[in-house]
Amino acid sequence: MEFLQWFLEFLQVQLPRYLDGAWITIQLTFAGAVLAFVLAMVFGIMGSTRPWILRAITTVYVEVFRGIAALVVMFWIVYALPDMTGYELDPMFAAILALGLNVGAYGAEVVRAALNAVPKAQVEATVALNLSWFQRMRLVVVPQAWAQMLPTFGNLIIELMKASAVVYLVGILDLTAVAREVRSGTGETLAAFAIAFVFYYLIAQVLIFGMRLLERRANVKLGRIPPSGGGLMGLLRPPSVGTRVGVAK
Amino acid sequence: MNDSAPMIWDFEFTFDVMPSLLGGLWVTVQLTLIGYTIALVLGLLIAIVRRAPVIGAIVHFVMEFIRTTPLIIQVVFVFFLLPASLNVPLLGPVPITAFTVGVTVLGIHYAAYTAEVYRSGIEGVAQGQWEAARALSLPTGRTWGAVVLPQAIRKVIPALGNYLIAMFKDTPLLFAIGVAELLTRAQRVGSESFRMTEAMTMVGFLFLVVSIPSAILIRRLEKRYVAV
Repeated sequence: MEFLQWFLEFLQVQLPRYLDGAWITIQLTFAGAVLAFVLAMVFGIMGSTRPWILRAITTVYVEVFRGIAALVVMFWIVYALPDMTGYELDPMFAAILALGLNVGAYGAEVVRAALNAVPKAQVEATVALNLSWFQRMRLVVVPQAWAQMLPTFGNLIIELMKASAVVYLVGILDLTAVAREVRSGTGETLAAFAIAFVFYYLIAQVLIFGMRLLERRANVKLGRIPPSGGGLMGLLRPPSVGTRVGVAK
Repeated sequence: MNDSAPMIWDFEFTFDVMPSLLGGLWVTVQLTLIGYTIALVLGLLIAIVRRAPVIGAIVHFVMEFIRTTPLIIQVVFVFFLLPASLNVPLLGPVPITAFTVGVTVLGIHYAAYTAEVYRSGIEGVAQGQWEAARALSLPTGRTWGAVVLPQAIRKVIPALGNYLIAMFKDTPLLFAIGVAELLTRAQRVGSESFRMTEAMTMVGFLFLVVSIPSAILIRRLEKRYVAV
C-alpha cells in the first residue's frame, strides 16, 4: 500500500514529462509513417513496372536502406552530412528522414509483392476495356493489392514506432529520453522505465487497433466481408489474417 | 584540421581507421552469433511452454510486451538495473559488462520473435502426427524430440534465417550502452579526428557488405526448403 501511494505521487509529479515524450514519439511515428508510405508506394509501383531501369533503381533503394539500420542512417545524416555539405539538418528532421527511408524500403517490397499478386486476369480485363495505365492502377490493381498490403503495413508501423526510440541518441526528447532523464533525476530506475514501457505498449495497442479498422474497411470495400461484421469489439480479437505483432522484418 | 581546401573524401584516413572498424565488425558478428544462439534456444523453450494452460498465457503476455516496446530502451533499462558486478558463489565477483548485458537482452528480445516462428511451425505439424505418437505411447520427450520438432523446425528455417539478418542490423543499438561494436568505434574515431564522413560512411558500407550477401544466401535457403 505504501509503495502504491509512493508510486502514485511519483507518477503525479513526472507524468507531464512522459506525456511530452510520448507526444514526440507519436509525432515521429506519424511523420515517419507518412514519408515511409510515400516512398513505399513510389518505389513499390516502380518495382512492379516493366522498364528495367526503374526496377534497378528500386532494387538499389530497397537493398541499401533495408541493409543499414535506421540508427546508422540517422547518425550519417547528423554527423557525416554536415561535414560533406556544410548543411546541418534539424535533428527531428534527420530522425524522420532516417526512419522513413528505412521503413519505406521494407514497405516498397510489400507494395511490389502485393501488386504482383493481383491476378493476371484482372490486368488483362483492364487492357480489354482499354483503360489507361493510370486508370488500371487506380481503379483495379491498387484497391485489390491494398487489402493485402495493410496487415504488413500494420507490422511495419509498429516497427517504426519502436525504431523511433533511437532518436534520443541525437538529443531528441522522446519517451526513452524522458525515462533516462527521470532516472538520473530521481534515481528510480525501475519506476522511471516502467512508465515509459507502459506508454510504448499503449501506443502500439492503439496502432494495432487502428490498422485493423483500416483492414476491415478495405475488405468491406472489396466485398470480402459484410459491413460491420463482428462489430467494433470484434476488432479487439486478432483476425485470422491481419495485423499481428512481430511478423514483419 | 588544416585550413586548405576541404577534402570530401580522405582515402588515407579511411585506410587508417579500417583496422579499428573491422575490429568493431568482429564484435558485431560475435554479438549477433551469441545473441542468435540465445534467441534460438530460448525461443524454442518459450514456444513449448506457451502451450501450457496458465503459465502459457502469462508467457504470451510477457512476449507480446517485449515485442511491442523498443529494444534500445530495454537494453538501457537492464544495463542500469544490473549492478556492475555480481557475486557468484565460489567464483567471487563476476563483472557484468556492457557486452554481456547487450548480447543477453538482444537474445531475449529476439527470442520473443523466434518463439512466434516456432509456434507457427509446431501448429503446422499435422494432428495425425500427435495421434500416432500417442498411439505408440511415446513419452512426451520423444514425441517432441523425435516427431514434432524435426518436422516443425524444418519448415521454419528460412523464417528463422531472416531474424539472423534482422538481429545483425539491430546490433548498432548497443551503442546506447557503449558496447565497442562497429558504430560505437566509428563514432569514437570520427569524433577524435573530426572526420565523421569517412567513419560513418564506412559503417554503412560494411553493414551492406555483410547483410546483402547473407540476404541472398537466405533466399537460396528459402527456395531449397520450400521446394522440399
